[in-house]
Amino acid sequence: MRFDRLPEIRPVPRVTLSIDDEPVEARLGDTVTTALLAADAGATRQTPVSGAGRAAYCLMGVCFECLVEIDGVPNRQACLVSVSDGMVVRRQRGATRLPEIGG
Amino acid sequence: MSTAACDVLVIGGGLVGAAVAWGVARAGATVCVLDEGDDAIRASRGNFGLVWVQGKGDGMPDYAAWTRDSAGRWLELAAIIGEQDGIDVALRQPGGLEPCISEAEWVERELQVRRMHNQPGVGGNDVRMISAAEARELEPALGPEVVGASYCPHDGHVNPLFLLRGLHAGLARHGVDHRLDHWVESVRPDGDGFAVRTAHGTLRAGRVVLAAGLGNVRLGPLVGLDVPTEAERGHILVTERLDPVLSHPMGRLRQTEEGTVMIGASADRVGLDTSLDLATAAALAARARRVVPALGRARLVRSWAALRIMSPDGFPIYAESENHPGAFVVTCHSGVTLAAVHALYLAPSMLQPGFNDRYAAFHPRRFGGAEAA
Ligand SMILES: Cc1cc2nc3c(=O)[nH]c(=O)nc-3n(C[C@H](O)[C@H](O)[C@H](O)COP(=O)(O)OP(=O)(O)OC[C@H]3O[C@@H](n4cnc5c(N)ncnc54)[C@H](O)[C@@H]3O)c2cc1C
Ligand code: FES
Repeated sequence: MRFDRLPEIRPVPRVTLSIDDEPVEARLGDTVTTALLAADAGATRQTPVSGAGRAAYCLMGVCFECLVEIDGVPNRQACLVSVSDGMVVRRQRGATRLPEIGG
Repeated sequence: MSTAACDVLVIGGGLVGAAVAWGVARAGATVCVLDEGDDAIRASRGNFGLVWVQGKGDGMPDYAAWTRDSAGRWLELAAIIGEQDGIDVALRQPGGLEPCISEAEWVERELQVRRMHNQPGVGGNDVRMISAAEARELEPALGPEVVGASYCPHDGHVNPLFLLRGLHAGLARHGVDHRLDHWVESVRPDGDGFAVRTAHGTLRAGRVVLAAGLGNVRLGPLVGLDVPTEAERGHILVTERLDPVLSHPMGRLRQTEEGTVMIGASADRVGLDTSLDLATAAALAARARRVVPALGRARLVRSWAALRIMSPDGFPIYAESENHPGAFVVTCHSGVTLAAVHALYLAPSMLQPGFNDRYAAFHPRRFGGAEAA
């Protein structure tokens, strides 16, 4: 599946973010999910339960399928975060490990 | 106007109504369930998922024993749902802890445990106080502020949404006529049965079960039942999915099969209001960090508030109407824990005589209110 952008009504500034160190061009005002879909990024995480690939689904903050690491913080909802220039996005694998258990 | 006839019509398709409908359908009755839609107030979609024995029934030994029975029958319910409907409800009963983080909490808990040991036929449900060292041996993630805990070997937890889905799947398998967006306007005795009116028409049934959660307050008096319940709001916080941190459920903290840690649940009375209060949520999070400090590094990904259905003493209300036999009310706070006895015992007994004798302890006459006309 491919997502094509509609023509711009007026010029929108471009920003560059990275997904797993690959540069991705986006438009100011995009959500991270929009940028990832437009860049054909495919699966953006593997579920901690089955390991299956997942990507954004509801696009409105409800399903939590779009979780990615943004600027070092894992499990953020990409569909609810606006892009900014230089943003660092990473795909996720599995669950978060907490330090200090049993400490 | 459509009319339909069934043996038993259940009003409410939450955990209580679904368990009752499941049980009577399994016993061979033709059953209809009427429920509202996604805009309704529904405890069954917002609860904590504990199958919990400790502390239940302080002041009512019958309820303590009933709860213990349910925990004991839960494996059977989960097995039926798993084998017949292919849904794994993630039942785990490894025993449960309720950590204390101050001397005052310890003293109060110990007093309750001792008080309950003295109630006839309960034997304290095998709850005992354990030292901080013993608690940490069971649950290494407990922090230094934990001074001890109460422990019950029968406590466990389950995925309450899969439970609801599993019960609904069983209803479909038994051919139950399960209708959403069918808010019941009124119930009226009609010949040797009841006429139940909705915006889509009136249905006739031989027996009617009020399992409408907080909706029972209005429906009860229509068939001579007084159902004095109130809404109690509970907040729940959910973390991101984590590698295993906890191996036992706790009263206010549990890690699900999928890895999220659920932090719950507050209690306040604000009427039919499910809005979230930030200060309450923050207090829950702060306590969770004191109990399991590692959680301070976890991110919360969502939170909500839902409404418990509380009777004046917090215990279930089960009754058949004296004035209109064949009309029942079934409501309780702990509908997850009690799902097994509701489905396997209580529901089939509605098809037999003597319901009020069997469940005398749970009759609302204990509140002393006048039976509605
Ligand atoms: C925060 C919180 C935490 C909890 N934690 C636990 C726990 O850990 N363990 C446990 O055992 N229990 C727990 N509970 C309690 C448990 O969730 C409830 O006991 C249980 O869900 C009640 O089920 P119910 O079917 O009676 O109510 P509901 O789920 O409220 O269902 C009632 C249904 O009746 C319908 N209805 C109402 N009026 C009408 C009408 N006029 N016509 C048609 N339909 C109608 C509603 O739409 C609703 O679907 C918790 C509850 C809360 C709020
Ligand atoms: S896509 Fe559903 S929450 Fe982001």
